[in-house]
Amino acid sequence: MDALTLARLQFGVTTIYHFFFVPLTIGLSILVALMQTAYVRTGDEKYKRMTKFWGKLLLINFAMGVVTGIVQEFQFGMNWSEYSRFVGDIFGAPLAIEALVAFFIESTFLGLWIFGEDKLPRKIHLLTIWLVAFASNLSAFWILVANSFMQNPVGYHIAASGRAEMTDFFALITNPNVWLQWPHVALGGLTTAGMFVAGVSAYRLLRIDRARSEGRELFRASMRFGLAVAAVAVLGTMIFGHMQGQRMADTQPMKLAAAEGLWNSEMPASLSMFQIGNEAERESIVNIRIPSLLSLLTYNNPGGMVLGINQLQQQYEQTYGPGDYVPPAIWLTYWSFRAMVGAGALMFLLGLAGLWLGRKRQVIAPRWFLWLLFAAIALPYLANSTGWMLTEMGRQPWIVNGLMRIERAVSPTVGVTELLITLIGFTVVYGVLAVADVYLLQKFARVQVGEDLEQTAQAPAGKPDHAYLAGR
Amino acid sequence: MDLQTLWFILVTVLFCGFFLLEGFDYGVGILLPFAGKQDHERRMVINTIGPVWDGNEVWLLTAGGAMFAAFPNWYATLFSGFYLALFLILLALIVRGVAFEFRSKDERPSWRRLWDGAIFVGSALPALLWGVAVANIVRGVPIDAGMHYAGTFFDLLNPYALLGGLVTLALFVLYGALFLQLKTDGAVRERVERVARAAWLPVLVLVLAFVAFSAGQTDMFATLNVVKLASLAIAVVALLAAIVAILRKRYGLAFVGTAVTILATVVLLFGTLFPRVMPSSLGAAYDLTIYNASSSQYTLQVMSVIALTLVPVVLAYQAWTYWVFRKRLTAQSHLEY
Ligand code: HDD
Ligand code: HEM
Ligand code: HEM
Repeated sequence: MDALTLARLQFGVTTIYHFFFVPLTIGLSILVALMQTAYVRTGDEKYKRMTKFWGKLLLINFAMGVVTGIVQEFQFGMNWSEYSRFVGDIFGAPLAIEALVAFFIESTFLGLWIFGEDKLPRKIHLLTIWLVAFASNLSAFWILVANSFMQNPVGYHIAASGRAEMTDFFALITNPNVWLQWPHVALGGLTTAGMFVAGVSAYRLLRIDRARSEGRELFRASMRFGLAVAAVAVLGTMIFGHMQGQRMADTQPMKLAAAEGLWNSEMPASLSMFQIGNEAERESIVNIRIPSLLSLLTYNNPGGMVLGINQLQQQYEQTYGPGDYVPPAIWLTYWSFRAMVGAGALMFLLGLAGLWLGRKRQVIAPRWFLWLLFAAIALPYLANSTGWMLTEMGRQPWIVNGLMRIERAVSPTVGVTELLITLIGFTVVYGVLAVADVYLLQKFARVQVGEDLEQTAQAPAGKPDHAYLAGR
Repeated sequence: MDLQTLWFILVTVLFCGFFLLEGFDYGVGILLPFAGKQDHERRMVINTIGPVWDGNEVWLLTAGGAMFAAFPNWYATLFSGFYLALFLILLALIVRGVAFEFRSKDERPSWRRLWDGAIFVGSALPALLWGVAVANIVRGVPIDAGMHYAGTFFDLLNPYALLGGLVTLALFVLYGALFLQLKTDGAVRERVERVARAAWLPVLVLVLAFVAFSAGQTDMFATLNVVKLASLAIAVVALLAAIVAILRKRYGLAFVGTAVTILATVVLLFGTLFPRVMPSSLGAAYDLTIYNASSSQYTLQVMSVIALTLVPVVLAYQAWTYWVFRKRLTAQSHLEY
């Protein structure tokens, strides 16, 4: 494999891994803050235990988000030095601001939240978790400002030196792309957290707390809360996603064509539901379609013209000169899109069904449904990962849409050997951490909550090792 | 003063914050196996930095972000050039960070030993490698006309840079020991006191050797100015004062003295660089300077406004955190896991 392929593989692997933890932090920090608010306002111990239980899972997840994020911060310089030189003037700013406004708040106040419970007044302690939630979502905004510049460059000019320079900071942060992308990602995070809370609660109700009234009450409440959040958030995610798709027709038509497997322009365009294509020949072998639907979705008008890959390729050759402007692995972009949308639709249905089945306060949904909810924890993770694969792979071969091709971006001084060492190194370490992380998460998801906790809470200082969820 | 100079100062400040805070963090991590013999003692050691280590690490992330925003060529050349060294640092920081969170969440001794080991290695390796990296930057590495690093990983392992690594390693151990002396009690406190009393001599020797070696290997003393002279004088005096304080068992003073030594050393090294950010050993024409590495005037303006308003706010709430957790941890303290 050549250096470029390895560098891309490395970026893809480490970033998707980072984004395994990010959405849960973004969403769960808000849910935990809400739980603690309920506790502070009502004084009901149940909410305190909820806060503790979900807070512990948040912390385990957060740690993984932090350490995988450090790698991201330096990877642009390590593997994409020419990219960093070309756009550093613009791209570095949001990254620096993210660290300055978001990471400092997140890390400092999370420390205060974990260790400060008996040192801070109750309301201040509550404020610390809200600050963590706020900063996580703020951090998402700033990194997405950076990413949006790559999708839709604004507020820059190309200087005499040949590099891109910022001319309008305000344009950068009002990039229309980011004001769809950020809500989509943040709501996706809430969806993730809602499904996670609902799924883990379902497991508790099935396996651990069926007969224990204390835990039953806690997890039934958690499950309903998670489901309600997921149902509302996923609906929002889908609405913003739909708007992103419409925008894509404007700013990145090639990505849209790839995501739809649309080889040739159509008017009206049909929506492909299942396609097996031949990428070399740029044609489909099997294609099941719904007439006019793509035009309708894209333009709110069943007659609109949607450009196809072949026509766009010709158009780009005229604009940018000879070359291949078709994203590689179109099948991946195409199926990623379908996986994300499909997962979203399923989660929406599950949320509604769960709220319906559990509508009477005392009733717990049937067992089969609880198992379904538990399995459905995978859905938001699938949607998040495939969402990014669509966004990033559909942008190829551009690293900055229309400005810089990916081949020019990679570090010229980093060789295949070095890339292999780091790719293997990161993969192995991430693999080991994944095992440890899952082990801990499942261990903590089973921890006893309820009556017996109050006793372990009194365990002597220095060894309350199994009393994490103890009252304090 | 032009904006490039301002940003050079800001990056220096961020690195000062990083070494000042992460310095004792790393020291505490390195001392963990020696200071804590029993499990609850180790937990006490970790809890001294538990609330703050991530906030401290963000100084590094911000320094990296600031380099990217203000001096993209510096960021690009440095991190693609020092590739494998940075990779090792990143691996260390990864395992160290999760270890803090993971180690107490399972009771098995083998699990704890594993993550305690990760904290040790994850702290010792960066403590060493940051010194190696900074010494190499000041000494100059091969950078060609295209601003690319033209050396190999092994070029970074020259004697001067390795000495620089040992200096930071030893200094952080001493600094961490003094920090733990102030924050713990009982047997742990006695052990770290012994470390501090044993560590000052190697630190002194290494620092003096480094300064002497710098005269030949760098142009630290080729041109002298107020900043360099003052920071050198302060570094040496503060270190001597710290040593006297250790001998007199005035550990609070010793901690401050060590902190000042670290600060002054960072300023001395960055002062030596200025106005370059990465001197090239292939000829001064290829040096990266604050001018040929910098962002546009506009970006620097925007970032100046943002940084100058936000950095004081960050300083204020981080200081408040240290205030909240100012108390010494004792065997009776409630330890949060
Ligand atoms: C949409 C959200 C999002 C996206 C796309 C990214 N991150 Fe991230 N990142 C977060 C949202 C986030 C977060 C929610 O703020 C995290 C995750 C968990 C956490 O602890 O903070 C985080 C942690 C985190 C950290 C550690 C902060 C600390 O020590 O507290 C760094 C350095 C980065 N990220 C950097 C990056 C970079 C350079 C990215 C670009 C490739 C990136 N992240 C993508
Ligand atoms: C965290 C969520 C993200 C995920 C899961 C993700 C996923 C990916 C994937 C799969 C690739 C490889 C694409 C390919 O090689 O075809 C990639 C490339 C890349 N992405 Fe992202 N991305 C994310 C966020 C970002 C952000 C926020 C930025 C910018 C700030 C960014 C910048 C890049 C760059 C520079 C590349 C390398 C060049 C390339 O291969 O396209 N990504 N990303
Ligand atoms: C009907 C449902 C959905 C539609 C129509 C939709 C649409 C889209 C589109 C068009 C993009 C690409 C944006 C671009 O490249 O400019 C995208 C990206 C993405 N989607 Fe979705 N989406 C849906 C559901 C979901 C769900 C349920 C999740 C997660 C829980 C999700 C997570 C993501 C993520 C993480 C990205 C990458 C970041 C971004 O570019 O916004 N999506 N989505």
